Amino acid sequence: MSIVLKMEGITKIFPKVIANDHISITLHKGEVHALLGENGAGKSTLMNCLYGLYRPDEGKIFIKDREVVIQNSDDAIKNGIGMVHQHFMLIPELTVTENIILGLRQSRAPLLDIDEAGRKIKELSERYHFNINPHEKIKNLSVGMQQRVEILKVLYREAEILVLDEATAVLTPQEVRELFGVIRKLVQEGRSVLIITHKLEEVMGLSDVVTVLRDGKVVGNVITKKTDPKELARMMVGRDVLFDFHERHAEVGKPIMSVNDISVTDKKGVRKLRNLSFSLHKGEILGIAGVDGNGQVELSEVITGMLPFTGGNITIKGESFGALNPRIVYEQGVSHIPQDRQHTGLVLGMSLMKNLILTDYYHAPYSKNNIIDYDLVDDHAADMIKQYNIKAPTTETIASELSGGNQQKIILARELCREPDILIAVQPTRGLDIGATEFLRQKLIDQRDNGSAVLLISTELEEILQVADRIAVIHEGQFMGIVRKNEVDINELGLMMAGNMRSPSDSICEGE
Amino acid sequence: MHDFLAIVFTAEFVGNALKYATPLLLASLGLVVNERSGVMNLSVEGMILSSAFFAFAGSYFTGSPLLGLLAALLASLLIALVHSYCCISLGLNQVIVAVALNTFCLGLTSTLFRIFLGTDTNVIRANGFSFVRWPKFLTEIPVLGEILLKQHIFTYVALIMIFVIWWIFYKTTWGLEIRAVGEYPRAADTMGVKVYKVRYLAMLFSSLMAGMAGTALSITGLNLFIDNMSAGYGFIAFATIVFGRFHPLGVTGGALMFGFAQSLQIRMQISDINIPYQIPIMLPYLLTIVMLGIIGSGSVPASWCIPYFPDEE
Repeated sequence: MSIVLKMEGITKIFPKVIANDHISITLHKGEVHALLGENGAGKSTLMNCLYGLYRPDEGKIFIKDREVVIQNSDDAIKNGIGMVHQHFMLIPELTVTENIILGLRQSRAPLLDIDEAGRKIKELSERYHFNINPHEKIKNLSVGMQQRVEILKVLYREAEILVLDEATAVLTPQEVRELFGVIRKLVQEGRSVLIITHKLEEVMGLSDVVTVLRDGKVVGNVITKKTDPKELARMMVGRDVLFDFHERHAEVGKPIMSVNDISVTDKKGVRKLRNLSFSLHKGEILGIAGVDGNGQVELSEVITGMLPFTGGNITIKGESFGALNPRIVYEQGVSHIPQDRQHTGLVLGMSLMKNLILTDYYHAPYSKNNIIDYDLVDDHAADMIKQYNIKAPTTETIASELSGGNQQKIILARELCREPDILIAVQPTRGLDIGATEFLRQKLIDQRDNGSAVLLISTELEEILQVADRIAVIHEGQFMGIVRKNEVDINELGLMMAGNMRSPSDSICEGE
Repeated sequence: MHDFLAIVFTAEFVGNALKYATPLLLASLGLVVNERSGVMNLSVEGMILSSAFFAFAGSYFTGSPLLGLLAALLASLLIALVHSYCCISLGLNQVIVAVALNTFCLGLTSTLFRIFLGTDTNVIRANGFSFVRWPKFLTEIPVLGEILLKQHIFTYVALIMIFVIWWIFYKTTWGLEIRAVGEYPRAADTMGVKVYKVRYLAMLFSSLMAGMAGTALSITGLNLFIDNMSAGYGFIAFATIVFGRFHPLGVTGGALMFGFAQSLQIRMQISDINIPYQIPIMLPYLLTIVMLGIIGSGSVPASWCIPYFPDEE
């Protein structure tokens, strides 16, 4: 196999950190090469150097044995490099076609030839079974479809080398499977693919070769077939990662929260939750599984008081509520790790110590007579930094300056230090690296073992299987069944996620 | 009331409305371009005022309205360069930069006017653009001749520009790039579009339109200059953009409506309807507020007024 891309001795130094320290990788024709590493290991920096968004301080890039200098994304595109960014680079208000031809010189430039481009896009779309309407606006497409448009964008430019940055982060399991299929087809056609990821399953399931990065350096380069997830995890994290939470049959206690016959209808009149009922018990983790967008967000917002509901009521610790608001919920001893830590979880522009008291700033011990005792808040923050191992220079550090993992730790610290009786966690490990994920899952288990109730809403089935005691599967705002973990297999859960109701007789809707 | 309607529906009235709408139409059509590229150009008020002054001064000193136009375009272009450098390259707050520039322009034009032309109470006039001369048989066409053919050149430029700008927006790669940059500049950047270049060019184009608007204001009729001559035209143009939903055709509708209101209020002042003259003068401005209230702002470009920094991580 011939070499299509070689990066040699790439070094990129930022004011505070060496992001890439003499990194070399080689990509062959028709190969899927995985670049594996935790967040902050330098994967994205390396790819930004390749795509011309950064200029490396040292090192050379060769395309098919010819040295190239890539100053900007234009140069990268001319050299046959196409990038599918983690955060889609699509303009919601424009159509698929307009997005794809943006920046290209068409034959009749500066006139636009939408029809011609649309035809070509349709052809490409059919070849890969993408099923995309070239004249649809991006904002009307699902996340999975949008990613296909990103891929089309790269293919339209006839890229030989495709770079996919954390491509599965926002996809449903089905979409991931389809994406893998597309990547395999691309490789068969002679293209080469670089995937940037921190997910081991992805590496094992898709790649031919793996390069592992840690702290800006290459720590390993192995052929996928000759390695295993354990070895990769060890290289990536620098120690053994077990994910081996001790199995403890939690003593399930009394119900502490129950949701009775709740419905939610959105502004457009679409029903997002349909007559949902369940109860959550002390000392258990109830996992809510399901494909993204089936009402999980609405469910979490309803029980945390952020979204009004219709129909029945919600009972927390014996008190029944027909309507909630976040403060009532918090004062009932409920804590909440929201899905989107940057929008809902933190005030990004505020310091770490202030973020740590957002839920309780208005009462003792943090404030008296509406005056906040900042000395105490500062001490509290210092304490939390130590306890939760938050990597931040000071308690005054602005939340937006921290990595995603450390941001999540702030939320975790804030929500857990108030010793909640009920914890609602929504996608708590999304975007976190292995080390942080392990830490967070362990915390959920500790909560349960201390007798609290945990509601875990996650689209990662693997996560739910690892920590939950009971599993409810949600599909189009309805539960397809609630089962004990040890009484169900993955296939059955998969069927339920696809919308097959489990027959009521074998469904254990409530704990005893 | 019957008399009142009879006044409104004359060809002369409509022709005047078009005349009054011209500066606004020019400025608004220019604004659509830069606003859609994501830059907010409140400095348009200062551009119109300065170009009104320099068109007048240029024409007064050289005797040539064409050289006056040239001076106006240059003045407007210069303001656009300052505004662009501050708002695009430096990423400063676009409202504050505009407030500073507008205040500066107001002071500058009034001061220069006094320095060069004295504080004489006599009205000084310059040579101005006159109506475009059409063959006689055309101007004698009833109604249409009155409305369309008794206009100065800028009215025709404005009318042609409605189509030109619509065409640029939706039929050319330039327009696609402008729209993309105003929505999501980072995405456009990764596709090889030069964000700064697009935004600068959009601003410069817009300033040329504002330059013509200012010229149309000062030397196509009375051919004089007075302090603060633009009197909020730029801000009205800005409001027009917002309730015209950032679309060339919507904006055209807004500008024409303003022209009608203006024409109407002048009619009301000179007719013997018994109301204080201040009330009709308020009319176009009140109408603008009412329209904003009724139509609302609709969809604005997602990156409107947000500076872009390429190296941000």
